[in-house]
Amino acid sequence: MSTWKVACLIAAKDLRVERRSKIVTNQVLPFAGITMVSFAFALDKQNVLDTVAPGLIWLATTFSLLILVQRSFSIETDDGALDAMRVAGIDARAIFLGKAMALAVQLLVLEILLLFAAVVFYGESIQSSGAQGPVLAVVLLVTTLVSATCGLAAVGTLYGGLAAGFKGSETLLPLLTLPAVAPVLIGATKAVESAVGTAGAVVSEGWQWVGLLAVFAVAFGIGGALAFGPLIDE
Amino acid sequence: MSPAPSPSSATVDGPVIVLDDVVAVLGQFPALAGAFLTVERGEIVLLRGPNGAGKTTLLRLCAGLLPVERGTATILGFDLSTQRELVRPHVGLLGHQNGLYLDLSVRENVNFWGRTVGASTDEIHAAMARMGVAERLADIPCRKLSAGQKRRTSLACLVARRAQVWLLDEPHAGLDATGRDELDATLAQAAGSGATILVASHELERAGNLATRSVEVIAGQVTALGDKK
Repeated sequence: MSTWKVACLIAAKDLRVERRSKIVTNQVLPFAGITMVSFAFALDKQNVLDTVAPGLIWLATTFSLLILVQRSFSIETDDGALDAMRVAGIDARAIFLGKAMALAVQLLVLEILLLFAAVVFYGESIQSSGAQGPVLAVVLLVTTLVSATCGLAAVGTLYGGLAAGFKGSETLLPLLTLPAVAPVLIGATKAVESAVGTAGAVVSEGWQWVGLLAVFAVAFGIGGALAFGPLIDE
Repeated sequence: MSPAPSPSSATVDGPVIVLDDVVAVLGQFPALAGAFLTVERGEIVLLRGPNGAGKTTLLRLCAGLLPVERGTATILGFDLSTQRELVRPHVGLLGHQNGLYLDLSVRENVNFWGRTVGASTDEIHAAMARMGVAERLADIPCRKLSAGQKRRTSLACLVARRAQVWLLDEPHAGLDATGRDELDATLAQAAGSGATILVASHELERAGNLATRSVEVIAGQVTALGDKK
């Protein structure tokens, strides 16, 4: 079996486990929603919310990422399945790619719902000024979501695999992951600000941040795939 | 990357497992201090010895999870010092955990492990049938199975992914009398079909009856070879 086919099997398996357990539906989505509502209460001034909404979306996504990653690796360690995959000689790159793909799908669903929440709670809307109206803003938004999601999924899977082998992985994971995803948090926030026109930002300013997100995703995608085997073998 | 040889291609005429003065180290501690062992295809070999003697280390070394510090070790003709990645697809290690996805059903688990080596639907169903989990247990989530049923499901996964060498660490632990009988019958049947099985166990009478040979591990050394039945 090729690495890619095994990666798809692992991704499908992870998503099937999620469909059965409904942890994302019953715990992660409510957690992210509560985070958004809590910020809305804490920053109860419309002009403040307008300004910080893009950052809040990505903060809620980042916190939710930690729960998703913990869950992604707890299903592997609950009954020793990760060890079984190592013994079975499954390519570590396939494990990394498969788990990152499943994580990315769950993150994308979460981000779309958080954007919707931002529209409802914070009154955000897509930028409609400029020659091509909202089209470019929507393209920027979608590109940002995809590239940021790939980066977050790659970092989360890499450090999730590393932390899974240690006692106290629940506390170790945030310590490792949060500093590493800071560039995504900054880049994605700036790009979404451009897409929604926060504080006069224009769409064209957002593309440089998308470039940063893409480089980050590629670097952690390739680096993670190469480093994952030695990490889980140790 | 070139794909690993398929499990079916890893057939050798000689012994399946050959350890010659093998030393393995856990941290700074020599967990195996000169192990000699030769196991032929279809044998069930019992590893006996006190806790900490090195039985689990021996199994983990044969699974390619520990490096060989000194000596020569081959599994199915692959050198464990230089070809660990090639050994792993042919070996199944069943330790204190079963390696199952507890939210998935028996069928989904066996299907997943079988598909990783390209097993067909028929092969996967045959593996489940061979371990007695193809009928009423097939669609039950593994979380709801008894300890014995989980063990049988785990063994079905090994069959589905065509493991030829089964390394079992205390396989009878946590099983009731019926579960132990079922497991013994399963292992005897697997050995009859060509699987080579190493069993580490404290259940000397039960495992001894099952095994074709017993080996004593003391202080990291294989110190006595039992007689063949």
